[in-house]
Amino acid sequence: MIEKILVLEVVLPLLAAPVCVLVRHPRFCRFFSLGIVAICFWIAVALLFEVRGGGVVSYQLGGWQPPLGIEYRVSTVNAYLLALVTAMALVVLSFDSRGGPPRVPEQRRHLYYAVFLLCIAGLLGIAITGDAFNIFVFLEISSLASYILVSLGGHRRAVMSAFYYLVMGTIGGVFFMLGVGLLYQETGTLNLRDIAARLEPSLDDRGTVLALALLVVGISIKLAVFPLHHWLPNAYSFAPPKVSAFLAATATKVSFYLLAMVLFTIFGAPFVFGELRLQAVLLPLSILAMFLASGAAIFQTDLRRLLAYSSVAQVGYMTLGLSTANATGLAGGLVHLFNHAVMKGGLFLVVACLLYRVGSVHIDALAGIGRRMPLTAAALVIGGLSLIGVPGTVGFVSKWYLVSGVLERGWTAAAVLILLSSLLALVYVGKVVEAVYFRKPAEIQPIDQVREAPLGMLAPAWVLAAAAVFFGLTTNWTYGVAREAAELLLAGGI
Amino acid sequence: MRPPSRVREMPILRVVARALAPVILLFGLYVQFHGDFGPGGGFQAGVIFAAGLIIFALTFGAEALRQVVSVVLTERLMAAGVLLYGAVGVLAMFLGGEFLNYSALDPLTTGHHGQHLGIIAIELGVGIAVAATIMRVYYAFVGRRPESDGETREPSLGAEPGGRTS
Repeated sequence: MIEKILVLEVVLPLLAAPVCVLVRHPRFCRFFSLGIVAICFWIAVALLFEVRGGGVVSYQLGGWQPPLGIEYRVSTVNAYLLALVTAMALVVLSFDSRGGPPRVPEQRRHLYYAVFLLCIAGLLGIAITGDAFNIFVFLEISSLASYILVSLGGHRRAVMSAFYYLVMGTIGGVFFMLGVGLLYQETGTLNLRDIAARLEPSLDDRGTVLALALLVVGISIKLAVFPLHHWLPNAYSFAPPKVSAFLAATATKVSFYLLAMVLFTIFGAPFVFGELRLQAVLLPLSILAMFLASGAAIFQTDLRRLLAYSSVAQVGYMTLGLSTANATGLAGGLVHLFNHAVMKGGLFLVVACLLYRVGSVHIDALAGIGRRMPLTAAALVIGGLSLIGVPGTVGFVSKWYLVSGVLERGWTAAAVLILLSSLLALVYVGKVVEAVYFRKPAEIQPIDQVREAPLGMLAPAWVLAAAAVFFGLTTNWTYGVAREAAELLLAGGI
Repeated sequence: MRPPSRVREMPILRVVARALAPVILLFGLYVQFHGDFGPGGGFQAGVIFAAGLIIFALTFGAEALRQVVSVVLTERLMAAGVLLYGAVGVLAMFLGGEFLNYSALDPLTTGHHGQHLGIIAIELGVGIAVAATIMRVYYAFVGRRPESDGETREPSLGAEPGGRTS
């Protein structure tokens, strides 16, 4: 049954967007989009159960046979991604932001939900499709939608950072497109499995190596790998808080899947990590990201910018897992997708609560807020502990498997560096916690009238905070799926 | 926006535009519905159709066109065109085929009849969506007014351009 309606995972949000534009009623659009995303989540979970243990579900669009027609192909790897994206979309959309983004007037709010649905459809499309050009199309759909979403932030600089994001994202998209074009020239096909079967990568073949370089650089821009991360802090800190939460929890995760899929499925681990030795580039960049981005986070005075820089550092952990190219390390990177989505999504929702009540998330403005908003502050602490990697939270699970994978590979120094970089996380999280709980409120900004955030905001934030603890204690589901996905990727399948 | 009064006084422009606009619209429809036999299709047809209306607006003023096709209507038509395309695909699913498998649209005759039906329907959706989008882009440009501080009045997803019509 599920293989008959697999395509609805993308089609539903894609067609729900024009329905929102037609109906033009903000309340309807809000609950309609929530319902659509709930159905998508159900389909994603059903798919995950269907393909666990090595199953594959395939769907031929328009009835055209796969290497010629577009094929949607779901295995454990992308079912995991689909479940992650839809779950995060569900939690973030259920967050009641009391009137949507600040710069969208009531009579235009339906467009906000339409764009949100398009962004979700694009991200799901990237994850589900088995066709290289189709990936590019969905990449553009999700990117264009996210530029619009970022530009809706309250500050005037939101528009500028969205434009910067647009320029960088388009450069990334062009690189990706050129890479796909070269692969098409080499193999004469666009179906990913067909490309993988026909491609015989070798170092003498300039075209193949160039295609790999273009694809890796293009995806790295979208993923915000260290020296290409510059769009991310501005985009995340000026976007509407709900949008930051959604993008931080999903957009870079889907890019990571894309990178893993290109490296392991299309080119294959023996070529990329054996002959080409990509880890010689990827490993230093990951470690630099962990240290420099965490270091930059320490000096931020705005909570959103602090979290954004921390996101760049966390991408470093993911790519570090990727560059180990063994099952434990890769599974560590993949499980960190989910874990980081849960904690960073939760933290950005907490930021949204604070912005609503306090009006600013400057660290000084948050002084002493722990007494006024105890539940919000507690969720902030849980998310922060998870960023550090304290046992009992999801952050610990990721770092445990990352360190195991790195040690398995024999990179003892890298393992030490992972642990040292956690100390930097301790500093920037500690700085926030110190302000929230131990500092006296600033006199210029009285917080006596500040009350706890409303339930509609607090509940989604706490769902993610609770998930950060729950999946920190129970790793069967998250690590189990990630491990299976990692073994599948290493074997060259999707 | 410069008032189109000077253009309105040019009799040649007014006569030619008035004569050309209906021909362009007709040609747009021809390209749309002949697209499955000859060169053409929804995208080209939509652009031509919108161009015919925009020529009318350029000579007689955007306000005159807004009375026929309002800004809200263009937005609705954009969405409706996309929905028509998607609905054909979903209809094919309900008739037992895959998404966008037009052969399922006509289960009685084997062969290409269903494909034919499907292409006409989705190209119509493309045509409507493209024509409406081009006109919406035109309205967006026309609606921009420089203000004293150099900021434009329409932020992204912000106020209606020429807000009177909505």
